[in-house]
Amino acid sequence: MLRENIRRENLSFREKILALDFYLIFFVLLLGTISCFAMFSSEQGKIGYFTQSHIYRFFTFFMFFIIISFINISLLYKFSYFFYFIVLALLFAVDSFGITSSGSKRWINLFFINIQPSELMKVSLIAFLARYYYKIPIENVTSFKYIFVPIFALSIPVALVAIQPDLGTAVLILLGGIAVIWLAGFRIKFFLYSFLILICLLPVGISFLKPYQKSRILTFLDPERDPLGAGYQIIQSKIAVGSGGIFGKGFLQGSQSYLDYLPEKHTDFIFTLFSEEFGFIGCILLLIIYVAIIYRITKIGNKSRNNFAKIYCFGFATAFFIYVAVNMSMVLGLVPIVGAPLPIMSYGGSSMLSIMLGLGIVMSCNIHQKDEIS
Amino acid sequence: MRSFLGTFQNKSKLITRRMFIITSVKIVVFISIISRLFYLQISENIKWRSLSDKNRLREWKLAPQRGVIEDYFGKKIAKNTRVFQLHMIPEDVPDLETLFFKLSRMIDFNRRKRNSLVKRLKKRKPWEPIIISDNLSWEEFSRLNLFLHEMQGIKPVVSVARKYLHNGSSSHIIGYVADTSKKDLENSKLLREIDIPGLKTGKTGLEKLLNNEMIGKPGLQRFEVNAYGKRIKELKFIQGTAGQDFKTTLDHEVQEFTGELMKDISGSVCVMDIYTGDIVSLVSSPTFNSNKFVHGISSEDWEVLIKDKKKPLINKPLAGLYPPGSTIKPIVALSALENDVINPQHIIQCTGSIELYGMKYHCWKEKGHGFMNLRSAIKQSCDIYFYETSRRLGVDRLSVTSKQFGLGEKVLTNFVEEKSGVVPNTKWKLKNIGKGWVLGETLITGIGQGYFQTTPIQLCLMMSQLANGGYTIKPRIIDDKYALQGIINDWRREFLSRKEENNLIFDENNAQDTSVKKLFRNKENIKFVLDALYGATNEPMGTSYRSRLTNEFMYAGKTGTSQIRTITAEERELKLKQKDLPYERRDHALFIAFAPYKNPRYSISVVIEHGGTGSSAAAPIAKKVIKKVLDRHKLRKKYQSDLFQEV
Repeated sequence: MLRENIRRENLSFREKILALDFYLIFFVLLLGTISCFAMFSSEQGKIGYFTQSHIYRFFTFFMFFIIISFINISLLYKFSYFFYFIVLALLFAVDSFGITSSGSKRWINLFFINIQPSELMKVSLIAFLARYYYKIPIENVTSFKYIFVPIFALSIPVALVAIQPDLGTAVLILLGGIAVIWLAGFRIKFFLYSFLILICLLPVGISFLKPYQKSRILTFLDPERDPLGAGYQIIQSKIAVGSGGIFGKGFLQGSQSYLDYLPEKHTDFIFTLFSEEFGFIGCILLLIIYVAIIYRITKIGNKSRNNFAKIYCFGFATAFFIYVAVNMSMVLGLVPIVGAPLPIMSYGGSSMLSIMLGLGIVMSCNIHQKDEIS
Repeated sequence: MRSFLGTFQNKSKLITRRMFIITSVKIVVFISIISRLFYLQISENIKWRSLSDKNRLREWKLAPQRGVIEDYFGKKIAKNTRVFQLHMIPEDVPDLETLFFKLSRMIDFNRRKRNSLVKRLKKRKPWEPIIISDNLSWEEFSRLNLFLHEMQGIKPVVSVARKYLHNGSSSHIIGYVADTSKKDLENSKLLREIDIPGLKTGKTGLEKLLNNEMIGKPGLQRFEVNAYGKRIKELKFIQGTAGQDFKTTLDHEVQEFTGELMKDISGSVCVMDIYTGDIVSLVSSPTFNSNKFVHGISSEDWEVLIKDKKKPLINKPLAGLYPPGSTIKPIVALSALENDVINPQHIIQCTGSIELYGMKYHCWKEKGHGFMNLRSAIKQSCDIYFYETSRRLGVDRLSVTSKQFGLGEKVLTNFVEEKSGVVPNTKWKLKNIGKGWVLGETLITGIGQGYFQTTPIQLCLMMSQLANGGYTIKPRIIDDKYALQGIINDWRREFLSRKEENNLIFDENNAQDTSVKKLFRNKENIKFVLDALYGATNEPMGTSYRSRLTNEFMYAGKTGTSQIRTITAEERELKLKQKDLPYERRDHALFIAFAPYKNPRYSISVVIEHGGTGSSAAAPIAKKVIKKVLDRHKLRKKYQSDLFQEV
């Protein structure tokens, strides 16, 4: 009987459509719409280059998300290693053939599109680890034999991204990966040990940081240290958020963003722009949407019968949460500025692609929740 | 299979359990983000909102329009005119060098101007307009407008600037404005408060004296600016208030006329109303073009002014110090009469020189005047008679009378340029030179030489106070109807009391609040001195007889020649003529007069620096000025209170 429940393949197309999580789709669409308006506002109320390409990307990748949803989970499961290695290869390629922009090599030209493999790595690493842990019995997760692969799978891309240099994305990949490893049953004490080792290595690590990275950390500790230089971004961001008040300054009325005081307003600081214009109430609403998306993903994971889907959904939900939390904490001055985009809201094709791909896999888990992986 | 299934379910449970832990962590993190938002947006909202406003709002002050200076008849002497300026917005200029080349062919834009402009450009934001030229001629301006379509980024602008409408005759008394310097800011609290770049401030003369009133209240423009400081839109505009206008007592036409007369001559002319103290004319020569200072004087022009030995920048009527020479004689005579030390009929023989206290003192007339009484001594300006008079009078009594009549202290209040001069007496010498008074010095003081130092305006005031019958007046240059009415009322009372002198007891209390105070003991003494001055101008042998005027223009005056150093015995032997001496060593020529002789209204003092004798250099100029002033008296009367016209 169990076996019968587990293996229910070959759903009809109609069944698949009905099996979509419409709540999740609704929230993603809602967030996407909000993000288009925010982008519109960031360009002083004109449909400029950023708004246009954001709209195109959102809808293109949204279609991509739906298409991925219909792919059988087993196929995705099989594909996940391959996907990981392709992205890893791209990361290596970035190191030698990457496009340098503002001091770091992050993009690679794939002839038709410029892509940021580090963003794709966020999702592919989760899928890789989910597949890897799917087969390992719980007793063996902590065993010596099974430690190496996850550690290498995690540390190689993190190291590659960190030397681009893109500390923000490296940290996000690392945190997402650790979350998956821990979810899969890795023992707490290993994390404690490695945490201690990390503390010991911190001084060494700091010596490898670029001067601007060091100054970002120092600025985080005291933004007034250099109000026109390194501290400028965080001070202006806090002014924008704080001056929004309860109801905000109104759509297209955010003086901080309109008058260019806000740096990077379409990418990392899009939340600042949003909170200046829509205030505390708007921020709470935006947070609710994010919480709802995370909740839906977690719920899908919960319903899934196979552990690949479970680990993947929980891992992705956690990673998604981490991206949101890091970005918001960053612009609110709770953590140093590290360059982490806000999922879906921020301008950026690779980031959007990565999130939509991740959501597509989640949705596929939902459609094929009763499936067993063959 | 069982075990696998069991492991599977265990694993599933473990994952779910761990996810539960992570979810609680997520809730904690989200709550902390929400509380951070609450803290920033609600608790600290006011702080951040004011910081945001500080970011986006910037205020620009607008220079107010400066008050206008008019003459007595309402003619503008210093006004604000349109000036044609050329502004440039650097970011809109495609190629600076091409523009500069084109400009150099159309307007006065040479290499040096180009370099200073490039230097200024570096300090400014590319969207801030910069002034290329602030004073274009109409031809240049219209030429620019014609070719404007060929040049991008420049903007011809019509602006407002100070303009002086005189031929230079009023340059000293009106003064000029120029860019505010660091020193001006240090000295003036008002200028620091106003704080507008490019604001002009009064540097000399009335422009400086009345600066605070004339400057006005600045306007305000509030703009929203972006992060780079570029103005996005205007939010508020407050019009400033223009500065106060001032009417002076000067007669512009007399000023111009006198200025023309004094051309190429170094000296000063000062004309005063003897009753009201109105300064009708105050001319210093040589002069300068005050308009040149408004837009920044060039270093070549400045060099010329600084190096000129005739010192064109000094306001000579107020700041030029000269020994009064023989012009002091009426005061010496009056003082002697008032103190009863001499009888007007007393006769002294002038032989050209006199020996006193072991020294030989000379008369200006080498052969001597012969027998002189007091009247003829004033008329012919006999030095020997006045040596004797001052010997009897003593320097201290002379200094009291001199000071009463206005010598030795500033005539106008608050005029920075003005000097007070010196009226010597025994105390003064002890205090300032540290030596006792020598009797011989009394003699030369009695002919207005020695330590005596007076300004032309003091001499003019002295003449006025003699001519009005011996009453104090307060000279004024700013016309003020209310103050004038008070003066007129005081005079009216004085005239009444003079008419009814015999049947009215003089009211002491009343006399004390009047601005018109008696300076004499016996009015016959004043009359005597004025009559002697009549003789000096209108009778043969009088020193200024050659410059006399007749009928209603008849005036009375006293010449003076002030030596700038003692004449040595050898020079006296050589009989050196003035024109043979180097310029710096020639005598100053002085002349004071009042006119008309009957019912006098005006007094005049003329000083010609290094001009030779008073009768040859100063009196002829005074004659022409008196004629002009009297010609314009009827017109001037129309602007005064009716009752005063009887005088």
